[in-house]
Amino acid sequence: MSEHSSSSLVTYVGIWAALIFGTILTYFAARIDLGPFNAAVALTIATTKTLLVALFFMHLKGASEKLLKLVVISTVFFLLILLALSMADYGTRAWS
Amino acid sequence: MHSQAAAVHPEVHNPALLHHFAEPQQQRDAASLGMWIFLATEVMFFGGLFCAYLIYRIKYFGDFAAASQTLNAALGAANTVVLICSSLTVVLAVWAAQHARRTMLLVSLVLTIILGFAFLGIKADEYKEKFELHHVPGASFQFQKSIPGHPDQMANPQHAQIYFALYFIMTGLHALHMIVGIGIFTWLLYSAWRGRFTPEYNTPMEIGGLYWHFVDIIWIYLFPLLYLIDLHK
Repeated sequence: MSEHSSSSLVTYVGIWAALIFGTILTYFAARIDLGPFNAAVALTIATTKTLLVALFFMHLKGASEKLLKLVVISTVFFLLILLALSMADYGTRAWS
Repeated sequence: MHSQAAAVHPEVHNPALLHHFAEPQQQRDAASLGMWIFLATEVMFFGGLFCAYLIYRIKYFGDFAAASQTLNAALGAANTVVLICSSLTVVLAVWAAQHARRTMLLVSLVLTIILGFAFLGIKADEYKEKFELHHVPGASFQFQKSIPGHPDQMANPQHAQIYFALYFIMTGLHALHMIVGIGIFTWLLYSAWRGRFTPEYNTPMEIGGLYWHFVDIIWIYLFPLLYLIDLHK
């Protein structure tokens, strides 16, 4: 639950500004040649933005329910299993 | 403490508190948990598509880059900004419901719905362009473009078609979620107008907000993955 004070409004606007900044940053970072790091930079910015939305807008920061944290962590865990094991399979196939 | 009082004196029972919950906090936590479990299934649902996208992007990187560069990255960025602004109006609406600010609640909900339609409008304009350029997968699909960084090498239209198929499935599914979200927020606006939400009971606002933010997060990944491949070449 969010703390019931108007200070959380300031936080919300601050997070919004950071998300807008991240969008501008990713748009212009894509136009600079970083070699193989372009995708890494884009995904790092996207993951940072996701963390900001999840922690502050979705009120995960300050959530007291331990079961909720378990659900969120296992979601990320199973998504990583899906991606990592699929990539390990396709990445080591001699089919091209 | 509160739960005992409510159990001993049913007549002071909070009308918004369902009888199978001990106290409002437990009711809110249960609703949040249920929503997060639903969002977990949604993450795996979109996760499969992201996985398919990653496999083909690695395999046909040059063709995907060529196809990606026919997209209007400025429109994609504009839509990202629209969604981020709508996420702000959603948290403001949830806050307003928790603090009994009726005007702020109604204005925030109306702004959220308007921003939702703005997103879909920009998306529809992008789709229209795809139809005009014959970039929609199917019998009339056409694609003639060189691979970025290799002006003498043409992209394989078959591989570009896979990119556009993934583009339409992923953005289309996302847009469908936006349409559902606008429906949910229209209902929330109606409920808020009827004065249904109070500082004691605003669970639908909180839950609806979680859904909207989740749809925002999906777009946060779709934008760089679909629009920003090898733009520097």
